[in-house]
Amino acid sequence: MKNTIGREIPEKIDGIGKVDLFIGAWEKLKKGWMDEITIPPPNKAKMPHQCKSCMDLEKAIALTNPKNGMTVSFHHHLRNGDNILVKTIDILAKMGIKDITLASSSLNQSHDPLLKYLKDGTITKIWTSGLRGVLGKAVSNGLLEYPVVIHSHGGRVRAIHTGKIQVDLVIIAASAADEEGNATGSHGKSAFGSLGYAMIDAQYAKQVIVVTDNMVDFPCIPISISQNFVDYVVKVDSIGDASRIATGTTRITKSPLDLRIAKLAADVIEHSGFFTPGFSFQVGAGGASLAVAKFIREKMTRQGLKGSFLLGGVTSYIVDMLEEGLFRTVFDVQSFDAAVSSSILNNKNHIEIPASLYANPFNCGCLTNKLDVVVLGALEIDTDFNVNVITGSDGTIRGASGGHSDTASGANLTVVVCPSFRGRVAIVKKKIHTIVTPGETIDVLVTERGICVNPARPELEEKLIKAGLNIKKIEDLQKEVESIVGVEKEIEFTDKIVGVVEYRDGTIIDVIRQVKN
Amino acid sequence: MKIIKKAQAGTFESSDILILVEPVSGNSGRKIEIDSTVMKEYGESIKELINSCLDSFHIQNIHLIAKDKGALKPTIQARIETALKRASQQ
Repeated sequence: MKNTIGREIPEKIDGIGKVDLFIGAWEKLKKGWMDEITIPPPNKAKMPHQCKSCMDLEKAIALTNPKNGMTVSFHHHLRNGDNILVKTIDILAKMGIKDITLASSSLNQSHDPLLKYLKDGTITKIWTSGLRGVLGKAVSNGLLEYPVVIHSHGGRVRAIHTGKIQVDLVIIAASAADEEGNATGSHGKSAFGSLGYAMIDAQYAKQVIVVTDNMVDFPCIPISISQNFVDYVVKVDSIGDASRIATGTTRITKSPLDLRIAKLAADVIEHSGFFTPGFSFQVGAGGASLAVAKFIREKMTRQGLKGSFLLGGVTSYIVDMLEEGLFRTVFDVQSFDAAVSSSILNNKNHIEIPASLYANPFNCGCLTNKLDVVVLGALEIDTDFNVNVITGSDGTIRGASGGHSDTASGANLTVVVCPSFRGRVAIVKKKIHTIVTPGETIDVLVTERGICVNPARPELEEKLIKAGLNIKKIEDLQKEVESIVGVEKEIEFTDKIVGVVEYRDGTIIDVIRQVKN
Repeated sequence: MKIIKKAQAGTFESSDILILVEPVSGNSGRKIEIDSTVMKEYGESIKELINSCLDSFHIQNIHLIAKDKGALKPTIQARIETALKRASQQ
């Protein structure tokens, strides 16, 4: 079967069941209610003054009665410094638990040691926003029997509400917590900032364990995770490698290519009609994307223009813009550098938000729906403006869906920034390996070789041409790139599906097939 | 052109290619080894380009090692030509 954007997807997929095909970015949402039912969160009870503290993680996990086939979830705010996820699976494996569904909000290089558990059947299914490193390679080469499900940050919340992901046990790492399980990531030696992705798990998981390396006197404030959801609390020596959690401030790129693209993107935003008093803004933390913030900051300062809110993954650069008074509020679902933590703690206008408020499509208005401008990256983009952020040029999984499709669908102006090619690999292509974000939600592509406007937005194109920007047809840009890098040999895939890409509304937008070696 | 000694051109930098060449004894033909970050996408095209460069300099017997980090065609041609010229000079 083909979905509405022409991707070939089987009617049924092993481990997934009958496929609900993508039908358009807003088709499912526009009637205003959802047919999917919401599963009830568990009912639990504790006796007055009952102690939740456990000596160690092993004991706490044993108390939750782990069993074969269980779903275990985690949050990825500790970035590359996380050692709680691997430690937990180590413990479960030692207890002989098999067939685990791993449902971390995302996975990164710090989770490479999980490879052995994918091989020996300890972990047999994975739900995640992203997959990289050795795990991405191994999955792409067909290691798992069932495909990995890739979701967006908003889509994950929806999947938990509707019971597609039913979490048996969540382990929430926190940089500070009290004996009742009130917990936060905003202070302590391992401070990492927002706990936004873990909040939904705390509400829905059958068992909730809070792990901290910094037990504080009751009550632990701010209450990012609230005690009424928490079963057990464990004190450990370390929740991770502080040097990797606390990555310091994120610097603006010095790459002339990225800066050139970022400057062009800022010009696009300025002349788009959305650069007005009270506008809202989100940028990624990557090279060109974050650099756009630098040029927007300069333009706002020069023109005395003030915005309403900044959203998303938050870097210290974003906090600087808040502190300068350029924006009134920061909504923070994930902090990208450690310098952000103290701002969450001390600035009342820097607000930690749950992933549901950030981007869940199945509610009465997530914040991405209120966005004016978002700037996003891309691994590949095709001539229909569809974007790939999950598979690399060799067809293997090495990225993350993140909030890409959530923000693109919500924002008034979605700008994709990327070089037209990297090394010898074309980024702007006729056909891309995997679609994560549909082209109908992308408005402008900005590259060093020109700016392309989605033909569905002629009024925007007119404005940008009037501003004197170098506007090209995306088909022409694609041909130009091909004439420079040459025609690449098509990567060969087998029929085996190793990954399923869910759109934020739960429909299947694409599948990832096994790379032929 | 006659290859009389070992030579190299290029770097290990991204978007460049390192070419190493050395003479081989007698008529043992071309021995070409390619390692590339874009092997799947461009491995064959790099090999074709190397062979056509060697053809244009009339070199039938050579040992050539290419370590590519995504170089564009003109870069590859220039690095090969430089390596060959270096290898053919006393």
